Amino acid sequence: MRLELEKRAEHSRTMAVLSPLLALVLTLISGAIMFALLGQDPVRALYTFFIEPLTASWSLQELVVKAAPLILIAVGLAVCYLSNTWNIGAEGQFTFGAIAGSLLPIVFPGFESPLTLPLMLLMGIAGGMLWGAIPAFLKIRFGANEILTSLMLVYVAQLFLDWLVRGPWRDPEGFNFPESRLFSDAAILQPLADGRMHVGALFALLAVIAMSVILMKTLKGFEVRVLGQAPRAGQFAGFSRNKMVLFAFLLSGGLAGLAGISEVSGSINQLTPVISPGYGFTAIIVAFLGRLNPIGIFIAGFLLALSYLGGEAAQVSLGLSDKTTRVFQGMLLFYVLACDTLILYRIRLTRAYAPSGKEA
Amino acid sequence: MGGYESIILTVITAATPLLLAAIGELVVERSGVLNLGVEGMMIVGAVLGFAGAQATGSAYIGALCALGAGMGLALLFGFLTLHLVANQVATGLALTLLGLGLAGMIGEAFVGQPGIRLERLHIPGLSTLPFIGPVLFGQDLLVYLSLALVAGVSFVLFRTRAGLIIRAVGDNHGSAHALGVSVIRVRYFAVLFGGACAGLAGGYLSLAYTPQWVEGMTAGRGWIALALVVFSTWRPLRLLAGAYLFGAVGILQFHAQAGGVAIPSQFLTALPYLATIVVLVIISRNRVLTRINTPACLGQPFVPDR
Amino acid sequence: MRKLLSMAAAAVLSFGVVGAEAADKLKVGFIYVGPIGDYGWSYQHNQGRLAIEAALGDKVETVYIENVSEGPDAERAIERLARDGAGLIYSTSFGFMNPTLKVAKKFPNVKFEHATGYKRAANVSTYSARFYEGRYVIGQIAARMSKTGTAGYIGSFPIPEVIRGINAFMLGAQSVDPDFKVKIVWANSWYDPGKEADAAKALLDQGVDVLAQHTDSPAPLQVAEERGAIGFGQASDMIKFAPKGQLTAIVDDWSVYYVNRTKAVLDGTWESTDTWGGLDAEMVLMAPFTNMPEDVANAAKETVEKIRSGKLHPFTGPIYKQNGELAVADGILLDDQAMLGMNWYVKGIDDQLPQ
Repeated sequence: MRLELEKRAEHSRTMAVLSPLLALVLTLISGAIMFALLGQDPVRALYTFFIEPLTASWSLQELVVKAAPLILIAVGLAVCYLSNTWNIGAEGQFTFGAIAGSLLPIVFPGFESPLTLPLMLLMGIAGGMLWGAIPAFLKIRFGANEILTSLMLVYVAQLFLDWLVRGPWRDPEGFNFPESRLFSDAAILQPLADGRMHVGALFALLAVIAMSVILMKTLKGFEVRVLGQAPRAGQFAGFSRNKMVLFAFLLSGGLAGLAGISEVSGSINQLTPVISPGYGFTAIIVAFLGRLNPIGIFIAGFLLALSYLGGEAAQVSLGLSDKTTRVFQGMLLFYVLACDTLILYRIRLTRAYAPSGKEA
Repeated sequence: MGGYESIILTVITAATPLLLAAIGELVVERSGVLNLGVEGMMIVGAVLGFAGAQATGSAYIGALCALGAGMGLALLFGFLTLHLVANQVATGLALTLLGLGLAGMIGEAFVGQPGIRLERLHIPGLSTLPFIGPVLFGQDLLVYLSLALVAGVSFVLFRTRAGLIIRAVGDNHGSAHALGVSVIRVRYFAVLFGGACAGLAGGYLSLAYTPQWVEGMTAGRGWIALALVVFSTWRPLRLLAGAYLFGAVGILQFHAQAGGVAIPSQFLTALPYLATIVVLVIISRNRVLTRINTPACLGQPFVPDR
Repeated sequence: MRKLLSMAAAAVLSFGVVGAEAADKLKVGFIYVGPIGDYGWSYQHNQGRLAIEAALGDKVETVYIENVSEGPDAERAIERLARDGAGLIYSTSFGFMNPTLKVAKKFPNVKFEHATGYKRAANVSTYSARFYEGRYVIGQIAARMSKTGTAGYIGSFPIPEVIRGINAFMLGAQSVDPDFKVKIVWANSWYDPGKEADAAKALLDQGVDVLAQHTDSPAPLQVAEERGAIGFGQASDMIKFAPKGQLTAIVDDWSVYYVNRTKAVLDGTWESTDTWGGLDAEMVLMAPFTNMPEDVANAAKETVEKIRSGKLHPFTGPIYKQNGELAVADGILLDDQAMLGMNWYVKGIDDQLPQ
């Protein structure tokens, strides 16, 4: 038996809708088996994972809190990957954006005005852009591969943050513990409801809408695609590869920086040695899971956020370990990715060699 | 033991897991596949290597288990990305998530147990020579294997027909297919080789570097290995240099700290990362050389036309 | 669809049953910063959780969430426990301080216990252990056992807790050998076995022969064992990793405290307090003194006894800072407030602290 793929003439619209459902069904079945093997009631386990987080206002809000930074970062990364620019250092741009934006409430705590927040957000974006500009510059000027430089700069940004909160930026009233002072109210993104959901969620929504328009309707979107898929054709069309690298890094860095300062201002309210549970890396999965499409990313961001929240719910309600939930999460991702194949290809099982395969 | 000699020994230990994981990934990427799941394959290698050694009492069998564990995960990756043409980047990252979870589950029974150390080889007469003895002739098997792999991969890639095919598949899978090469089969082979190497690298951690199992003990080394492949511009000898450079700077910053250098330790800890960037910038200036060595089809899915 | 509905119904039903069962039990929640398999900090807190289960049996039910990052996720994880009906929640890492207080404000009827922090509220207690007492003891042992007169010390991060430990170690060592030296290396990680092993090797290569560590994995001890050097275990008794190399270990033991505080909630006597217990409260234990001559072991036991009975306080003046400035006057005990935020080294330490 052989498994063969046959390319469809065009994207299957039916499959675009069906494939996630198929993935879900497969995940539910495998999950049920896995949980049953672990001695759990499969129905209850799956309910805890996928439904329970959706049943209360607070956890719905938490879902938004968790999904927003992922979506914000992933939307920017999608532009990078569409244009064939390999920014995998969004975590560093997130961190540096958070640092830059926090400069105001930490170094000038007395500066409390309606301008405080907008300035912080702008500085956060600028910080992310600056950190993203380094790999772009090294790529354009020296040809240094951006996969390495952007990744290494993640560690540098994290260590820099570490030094700041343990050294010059630590809270003067904090007994020398590694935390900055708490931000004043003027520096905090306000909640949107009774829970932790804050204004940062709107940024993610805006970014999705804006990027959808840019990618679908503008020349810039066309340029991104052309340079990504057919670089030579793009150059003949007069598009500059170097400018695109810079554009992609500045855009994704800026959005990651915005996500960083939004998290710090809206969720944590201070700088601490750890400000991200790996958002910048998880966003890479979100970007591809969403097929590099802003709307897809929006959905994928919520799916991933749900799997994290469900994992925690399962730890508490079922006593499942954190490892089990991660294995389950990995399984879910595999199914979604595998089922996506159906959009572009027909799958068939054939016996032994199909003679037409080789000669074609 | 003399000062310099033991520093070199420490550097070798620090560089070996990076080198093992990276040399495998180098072959994978040369064949046009980008597997970002190195960290996941490593950690599963580490836990099963440990488990295998505990169960049998032999660190060598442990190493084989580690190798098999890495290949197992790589097979899963291969099936998804080669057969089902799932996105390689996302699948690799998902593989890391899965690997970390799986390793934690398997490893729960081994927490707090000392492991079995992979023995250092003693070649009578040679390993007792001053200085060069322990450095050159007193290492464990995996250290020699990592070096042999560099030489072997370098030879195979650039001096043999098999290597030519691997590179051809990575550079232009369409043409390779037209010439009658089974692109999928070549890539499967490369992906499995990469998984075996990553598994061994994990095994090296739990059997030689620090013979124990704790969750998350790979601590991001899989990511460094990935970066080193890029650093090497996909050339094995440069990879060797990169892994040892990274290892050496990491060790030397500890010596600088112990010696009382008055620089915040965070900056010293950041040195290996900064050093790699600086060196990459310097060596990237020859753009032609970089371009011809970069696999042109890296990360692109392949489906034979019919 | 009908099947889905019946599944949901079944799920709701089974929840109803669980809810009824759990009503008369006290639910105790734990938040861990690392995996319980770290054999260090989180592992020991989890041992404390198991001790509660063992001691209080069916009066309590315990739940935990592990690997909770000290960032935006912390508040959600703590709130989940509170919403899930936990009546008592232990948040076991310093970085959970402000998230714990935020959740505590929302749930005034739930009791919170936050480890190693300094902010309290009517329903938030803090607790920590005087590990520095153990470090004074191992400092004395190191000075008696070292042939080179120099110890190596692997630190995680330069925070007051770790600095206090280094100072106590040094004061202990100086009480035996006034010229004792210590070389300090920061791993900038709480746990990365490879890095800790590298740090240990670097220190041994620089001529130290005794290792102390304030990072969590047994890797440095393994290195000591392999190189024929000696060292001290951290958080857990690590003798299995270094049967010839471990002299003793400073063991975190949260079980006594956890059981007492949980009982207090059951009795209705729980009040917000700050607990900082050491050897006397059995929150800090010393593993058996091994691989040392009898007189050294006896001296160590004597010191433990003196500290326990309150006859000896590691931070008793005169204590001088690095630059020779008098930090604690003769005969004075350094107060807890000053110890909590300690960010200076005692005289005799060469390392420089980031300011």
